[in-house]
Amino acid sequence: MLRPLAQNLVFGILVGGLYGLVAVGLSLVFGVTKFLNVAHGELLMLGGYAAFWLFTLLGLDPFASLPLVVIFLVLIGLVLYKLLFSRMVKLTEDNKIKNTLLIGFGLSLIFQNVALRLWSADDRGITTAYSGQAFTLLGIRFPVVRVASLAIALVVLLALHLFLRRTYLGKAIRATVEDWEAATVTGIDVHKVYLVSFLLGAALAGVAGSLVSVGYSIQPAMGLEWTLIALVVMVLGGLGNILGTFVAGLALGVTQALTSTWIGGEYREIVALLLFLLVLVFRPQGLFGAREG
Amino acid sequence: MLAVEGINAYYKDLQALWGVSLRVGEGELVALVGPNGAGKTTTLRVISGLLRPASGSVLLEGRSLAKEPAHRIVELGISQVMEGGRVFAGLTVLENLELGAFGAEARKLKDQSLRWVFSIFPRLEERYAQRAGTLSGGERQMLAIGRALMSKPRLLLLDEPSFGLAPLLVQQIFQMIAEINRQGVTVLLVEQNVRVALELTNRAYVLENGRIVGEGSGDALLTFESVRSAYLGCA
Repeated sequence: MLRPLAQNLVFGILVGGLYGLVAVGLSLVFGVTKFLNVAHGELLMLGGYAAFWLFTLLGLDPFASLPLVVIFLVLIGLVLYKLLFSRMVKLTEDNKIKNTLLIGFGLSLIFQNVALRLWSADDRGITTAYSGQAFTLLGIRFPVVRVASLAIALVVLLALHLFLRRTYLGKAIRATVEDWEAATVTGIDVHKVYLVSFLLGAALAGVAGSLVSVGYSIQPAMGLEWTLIALVVMVLGGLGNILGTFVAGLALGVTQALTSTWIGGEYREIVALLLFLLVLVFRPQGLFGAREG
Repeated sequence: MLAVEGINAYYKDLQALWGVSLRVGEGELVALVGPNGAGKTTTLRVISGLLRPASGSVLLEGRSLAKEPAHRIVELGISQVMEGGRVFAGLTVLENLELGAFGAEARKLKDQSLRWVFSIFPRLEERYAQRAGTLSGGERQMLAIGRALMSKPRLLLLDEPSFGLAPLLVQQIFQMIAEINRQGVTVLLVEQNVRVALELTNRAYVLENGRIVGEGSGDALLTFESVRSAYLGCA
């Protein structure tokens, strides 16, 4: 009785790390630019396919090809930003959110259908020589690939944290999140800060996509579910709080695992959205966020 | 040094400035006074590039700033302290100051600028590792001015530095502003605290309903009829 529960908890934590990674990207972009990019999940899907094809066609190991996938997503992010999102910069905050929502929904439809056309609706996943390997601890299975994915997620987020704390550009990003006008008159080029944040968000989605394609599976319509997860985790974690968002990702993973065990796998999303509503009502600043002011 | 000529500016459909012109000479400390809503802050926003005027021009040493983005205007030598200071509360005092030297040129001189700012505001050095959100109102104002000085500006725009501060602190802040001016930084000061401002400055402009209605030396304006009745409360 206890062992299946513990096993599910472990699986929940392992997938939760990826939730955190995806949500941090969305949260960073939203915090800095006030762009609510609902095509974030589609960026993750593209990252997954990039890793999949690099593996299938060129035989590149998915962990080794991570940097290539990141570069690919940064380029896509650059095109999207220059073509579409940069036009939203001058709008008021309200209109930014509304217009980028529309752009995001449009993009997600386009990406989904193009992916469907190019790659069919089949579920795909990367199966490496080590894919089936796992180690067992106290009778609980730890799949090697997923454990490695969680470790990578942690390392990437730690690197992001250090970037925001230690570098000039990182500090400028934090300043812009707080007060873009004051940042401007301080001499910070906020347009550059917006661009960098947007590209960082795309890069994080790419990393997450790669990891999903090797630990789980990918298909063209997966984006919406991941965007929803990212939104839920972003709100749970509180804006602008990387560690909080990561922990919220783990919490959501565990909650879903417990739901699967006790209620049934089909209710996972419902429980996630319920959690989302509860937090919005009772703790709108997020589980770990500070109150405004 | 700074020439503002015939500025007409709008917020959406509402005209906020009507043909505002003013000049600030090298090394001067000039005040811009007037009641709430007169357009003082708007004038500063036009100079620093946060608001683009419908017509008129802003010239720094004869060079038009119309096409320069706001962050470039900082690099060109104009630094603004916004009303209330607007420090980055989640960042430390030191991080706030570092960001003040964001431009490439200013960044090279960062350490030197930091020593300069700490010499003017020793309090900031004592609190350098603290988050700016934990500072008192007066310290925040010092930090905001210090941050603006980190870009080595030639012209400092100050928006209501006395706002919300106790009278004793107001005196201190103004002494520091006078000191900064003595060290060669030209200052354009927006103030509602008219008497203190006029005692401090060489020259002042009076702004009312978006128009310049008076100009003169600080002493002269202290006796200027409408200023006396309107802001000093004596008929």
